[in-house]
Amino acid sequence: MSSTTDPRMAETAPKKRAFHPSMLLYDQRYRSITIQIFALFLLMLGAAWLIDNVINNLRLLGRSFSFNFLWQSAGYDINQRPIEYNSQMTHGRAALVGFLNTIILAIMGCALATVLGVLAGVLRLSKNWIVSRLVTVYVEIFRNIPTLIWILIFGAVMAESMPAPSAFRGDDPSASMIFDAIAITNRGVYVPAILFTTELGVLPLGPISPSLNWVLILAVLVAGVFANKYIIAHATRVQNATGLRPKTWWKSLLVLFGPVVVIFLALGAHLEYPELRGFNFAGGTHLRNSLLAMWLGLGIYTGAFIAEIVRGGILAISKGQTEAAFALGLQPGKTMRLVILPQALRVIIPPLISQYLNLTKNTSLGLAVGYMDLRSTLGGITINQTGRELEGMLLLMAVYLAISLTISGLMNVYNARVKLKER
Amino acid sequence: MSDTHAQTVAYVRNEMLAPSDPPLREAGAVKWLRENLFSGALNTILTLASLLVIWYALAAIGPWLLNSVWSAGSLAECRAILDGTSGACFSVITDRWHQLLFGFYPPQHYWRPVLALALLFAALAPVLFPALPRKLMIFTAVYPFIGYHLLWGGSVWFPVSVALGFVAGYLAYVLLARVSTLIAVFGAILAPVFWWAFAAGAFDQTMSSILPLGLEFVRSDRFGGFLISLIIGISGISLSLPIGILLALGRQSDMVFLKSVCVVVIEFIRGVPLITLLFTASLLLNYFLPPGTTFDLILRVIIMVTLFASAYMAEVIRGGLAALPKGQYEAADALGLNYWKAQRLIIMPQALKISIPGIVNTFIGLFKDTTLVVFIGLLDPIGLSNAIRADTNWNGIYWELFIFIAALFFIFCFGMSRYSMYLERRLKTDHK
Repeated sequence: MSSTTDPRMAETAPKKRAFHPSMLLYDQRYRSITIQIFALFLLMLGAAWLIDNVINNLRLLGRSFSFNFLWQSAGYDINQRPIEYNSQMTHGRAALVGFLNTIILAIMGCALATVLGVLAGVLRLSKNWIVSRLVTVYVEIFRNIPTLIWILIFGAVMAESMPAPSAFRGDDPSASMIFDAIAITNRGVYVPAILFTTELGVLPLGPISPSLNWVLILAVLVAGVFANKYIIAHATRVQNATGLRPKTWWKSLLVLFGPVVVIFLALGAHLEYPELRGFNFAGGTHLRNSLLAMWLGLGIYTGAFIAEIVRGGILAISKGQTEAAFALGLQPGKTMRLVILPQALRVIIPPLISQYLNLTKNTSLGLAVGYMDLRSTLGGITINQTGRELEGMLLLMAVYLAISLTISGLMNVYNARVKLKER
Repeated sequence: MSDTHAQTVAYVRNEMLAPSDPPLREAGAVKWLRENLFSGALNTILTLASLLVIWYALAAIGPWLLNSVWSAGSLAECRAILDGTSGACFSVITDRWHQLLFGFYPPQHYWRPVLALALLFAALAPVLFPALPRKLMIFTAVYPFIGYHLLWGGSVWFPVSVALGFVAGYLAYVLLARVSTLIAVFGAILAPVFWWAFAAGAFDQTMSSILPLGLEFVRSDRFGGFLISLIIGISGISLSLPIGILLALGRQSDMVFLKSVCVVVIEFIRGVPLITLLFTASLLLNYFLPPGTTFDLILRVIIMVTLFASAYMAEVIRGGLAALPKGQYEAADALGLNYWKAQRLIIMPQALKISIPGIVNTFIGLFKDTTLVVFIGLLDPIGLSNAIRADTNWNGIYWELFIFIAALFFIFCFGMSRYSMYLERRLKTDHK
């Protein structure tokens, strides 16, 4: 390039024009600013209108905006209480009980849905004609009928089709307990409860004070999982160094379950069986119809969706992967475990988590069968009694939003971890 | 066979042997059974277990279904007919047939929802089947107003005045497009808003007093049954797709402010259960509107259900947009297409095609979610089933109603999923 500027080049180079107001309309670089200012203006106008209306309405009703009602006495009972609660306690406490019930139901539902879904998803791919058809029927029927109907159906099954407790009485009862331990009645299912002879007291954690026994067991279990992880990592190191993988299954079993069993024995754990006393069963743990209807309804319904996700995930792995694994001499079981699943999981996990999210949000249908979840306590009875719709609904939405964002945040962390490490 | 070879050996077979039959266990039904049902120990166990399950299900439900009663006025009468044997009382369906379909809609006006449904198919036809002439789309565009008028009735000038708002928007766009596209878009947004806010009411009243035309007004609380599910479901489905597309585009946009608004809206709506939004619609909306205004509960529910489905739709379409190779965007730019033309001609047709399964799943989810309106006191089929059970005649009837409602929902949802498969096959352009 010569140092003298070519006159033709000066001609074709874009001219640096000074900013002119018309550019806000015609120049792409500035037009987006106009659009955004216009949108901001509309949004603020709308928000101002809404807030103004709320203030006016509250003033007309002679009401204030306050969350004080959370500290007033609730005055209603909740039938399923994971923590201590009675009607003298506050609305806030009632909301907490509801929240815990929501979480319990969500965890139980997700567990059932996962087991059913994985099983059904794998079986639907089975070469067995009759099995795959049967599973297809399950998936299609449950996916295409609203979950609310399923919840009501399971509620009706529990309340209408199961024997009454009185059927268990007499010399020749028409109903009997399963293994003398589980009683399925029209008032709910009674299962044995685990009791301890030694109580270590409670962990003082504010409103939720879990029993120290269970905290200890959980801690040991978690420690066992980490120890097991270490054992497996060690085995892999040995395998990488020597080519031989040491047997780890008995070590894993010992580390995972040994300490837990020891603690159970040390604390004097024993089972308390339900038994028929008077007109009803007593003792053991009572799983109410409302919980069971929600659990079965949500779990089996979501299981059908998970089955499709699992099937899609397995099908997404190209056939070449299986053939390559067979060519390496891997058994079908090992092919699944070492080659297919690790790749399929990457496809399966994100939609799976979103199904978990859906299930968690669907727990808010508990009202249909009288399950006392967050929606029925805070968003139902509390709102009706205090008349604080605005505050109650805002709080309710905030809690659900927090649950959802937490779960999706965890999912993002997981996604980042399993993402294909590409160059 | 060569001739020379035939001469050197004593005997050469000249014709082919007829193939012999395969061994019995390698042919026909036996082979199929062996391969598909009894190929191993595990498979045999699975087959037997499945047969057991099917047998139990049939034994439990079969006789009950076959022995059903279709004409009886009450559960007691039905049980008298059954005389102690197990049987279904589907007479509740025949007895309450109209109620399950229309709720408490005035019987002399049943023709209106039926006609609205028939016209709906006419309006949907050009959308679903591309072989039909495109001119029919005009009817599709007008249908919402016709449908509203048929279902709710009232003065004919109310839907007309609402429709004129869209006409005003279109006119504003056409007039201002000569000045600048951007101003035209602003005008197209503002003109209908001004029309509805200031002129529509007056227009409606004057025209009604000059020329009182219309059908008898039917209040929203008379609506019920599948009519309500269909109204909410179909309005939600047809509105959520365009709003979802706009939200998805907003989330992909370079404009920081628009993008963050879209993200907040989508994440908020996806983060809360639909039922809280419905409760907001039924309990809280009065707080957000000027004192003294009320508006129709079904309309509020439609708005909330639409918003809810739109957020999910936006995420589905965002997936489709993300799956498009970047070259498609660049090619559109290289052809000199502007943003909307590129979206309409290049990006959206492909992105929507990729996301068909997700879109239809969202539709199906929306239609199933219409059952939640029972919680805010609308008499959808589930609400009616509770009402029917509260009647002394039918106190204690569960399964027959559930089966009927579930079957109707199944037909709609299954039909939609089959249509999506057909659509996927039809639009498939790759040769995998």
